[in-house]
Amino acid sequence: MALGAALRCLSVNLLPRLPPLSPAAQAGATRLLWRSGCPRTLSSTPKLWTALRFTDKHEWVRVEGDVGTVGISSYAQDALGDVVYCGLPEVGQRLEQMEEFGALESVKAASELYSPLTGEVTEINTELAENPGLVNKACYAAGWLIKMTIEKPEELDGLMDQAAYDRFIKSLEE
Amino acid sequence: MWARSLVRVGGSGLGLRAARDGSARVAGAGWRQASTAEDGLRKTPLFDFHREHGGRMVAFAGWSMPVQYKDSHIASHMHTREHCSIFDVSHMLQSKVHGRDRVKFMESLVVADIAELKDNQGTLSLFTNEAGGVIDDLIVTKTDQGYLYVVSNAGCAEKDSAHMKARLAEFKAAGFDVDLEFLDEALIALQGPSMVRVLQEGLREDLSKLTFMTSHLATVFGVPDCRVTRCGYTGEDGVEISVPQTRVVELTEKLLAHSEVKLAGLGARDSLRLEAGLCLYGNDIDETTTPVEATLVWTIGKRRRQNRDFPGAEIIVPQIKAKTARKRVGLVSTGPPVRQHTPVFSPDGKVIGEVTSGCPSPCLKKNIAMAYVDAAFAKNGTPIQVEVRKKTVPATVSKMPFVPTKYYSG
Repeated sequence: MALGAALRCLSVNLLPRLPPLSPAAQAGATRLLWRSGCPRTLSSTPKLWTALRFTDKHEWVRVEGDVGTVGISSYAQDALGDVVYCGLPEVGQRLEQMEEFGALESVKAASELYSPLTGEVTEINTELAENPGLVNKACYAAGWLIKMTIEKPEELDGLMDQAAYDRFIKSLEE
Repeated sequence: MWARSLVRVGGSGLGLRAARDGSARVAGAGWRQASTAEDGLRKTPLFDFHREHGGRMVAFAGWSMPVQYKDSHIASHMHTREHCSIFDVSHMLQSKVHGRDRVKFMESLVVADIAELKDNQGTLSLFTNEAGGVIDDLIVTKTDQGYLYVVSNAGCAEKDSAHMKARLAEFKAAGFDVDLEFLDEALIALQGPSMVRVLQEGLREDLSKLTFMTSHLATVFGVPDCRVTRCGYTGEDGVEISVPQTRVVELTEKLLAHSEVKLAGLGARDSLRLEAGLCLYGNDIDETTTPVEATLVWTIGKRRRQNRDFPGAEIIVPQIKAKTARKRVGLVSTGPPVRQHTPVFSPDGKVIGEVTSGCPSPCLKKNIAMAYVDAAFAKNGTPIQVEVRKKTVPATVSKMPFVPTKYYSG
């Protein structure tokens, strides 16, 4: 999501200051090829996290078979604050990589969501209609946003893995 | 007090823009010598205190201010409504107007009838320009100490002080006895239903005698020379305390020691003031809006209307009877929250106005907004449409405050 660029910040610019997203961040992403079904061997890291790939706009995608599950990172949910409304697409909508597919709204701000991959929306998290706060409480689990098909698996290579994303966040905070 | 401090800085986007816009400086002699952070932002005397307490600092009107602390925005908002919160509003411009002709001087700048105020009574007022627009909103208190105590917005500090000083020069040239002093004091607000319980423990004076919009000098928790004014900008019962810079950390710590009290930042302040229907200068009122359009006619003193002796009176006073083409109203909607700078449409799709502030209301669990709309659509209950991300959403014109205010009238 576009915390760096697209905050429609309400009456005041109240978000903690986030430095601009640097294009260099993407270059810092690891180039390890990752394919669904690859064994995950980093035993010291929770299994869930090893499978995540991140955009520089703070969305993550986790691939299981030929379906990608998409959400926002912990850093993003923390910067956005209490999510009170999730604007999500319709099932069946086709998305290009980095196409805007919805928005999350907190009391102070709105932030657009960008698709990490090219594909078609196969499911949206209907729980969020009643309980948008799940995005804050469990952004990598129950607070997921959409599921989508993966038309171009090679796009995953351009996304950051957890370690690269952690470095990216650190660079933002410095 | 009514720290209408949340001036919009920059357009959409992050604090980054705010930092760029945040170069406002107060030109006034004697204005506090606040230290300046490396990023060019000014710091209040509570800056280190905020950071030690987990404050997330953002650029605001040229100052580095806490937007929130460790609690979430909604938790902090609700804590203020249910208990009470401390807000640092030291960035606001505090001044004193001295001299025999101080009332005449101030009345030459604002719409209020200051002469009729009782000792130690204050009022919300407006600096107006000759075109009838609002230069800033402010609180004027007629103290029994021989001066008027004035608090205006941080984001307007430079133009307010220049405006006052220009008029001062005219008054002095004409032989009037008046003088201006810009204060160094810090300013904190304690807002919420437990304020009395918390503050009374540190105050010899009886708070039940300090009604809404009255002010007294007092020693607060051992800190002398504090000015305690029963006011605020949250809609709750509350006070603002003007306190010497050197003692503000000590006073804030003493207040915070009470289990009812938490720190709150600009985020909660903005959603609280919007629920209370209070205008944010720069969003909901500015130099292009008149007090009548802004439905702030109540701030214009009767005598002032009759005499038409405030800036812009020749435009503003006739508007009171003739009505205006547009009017500030409240809006309520469900679904995606409507935000500022978005159009308002009639049910048949014509543009009839613009939203000036909007957010999801933590108390009401609905979306609330202020907008200027064509007068024909200004009646409460009128169905209209707003725009959220290029889609229209139904909304209803609603009375303000959205959440009942709880000012203490004695």
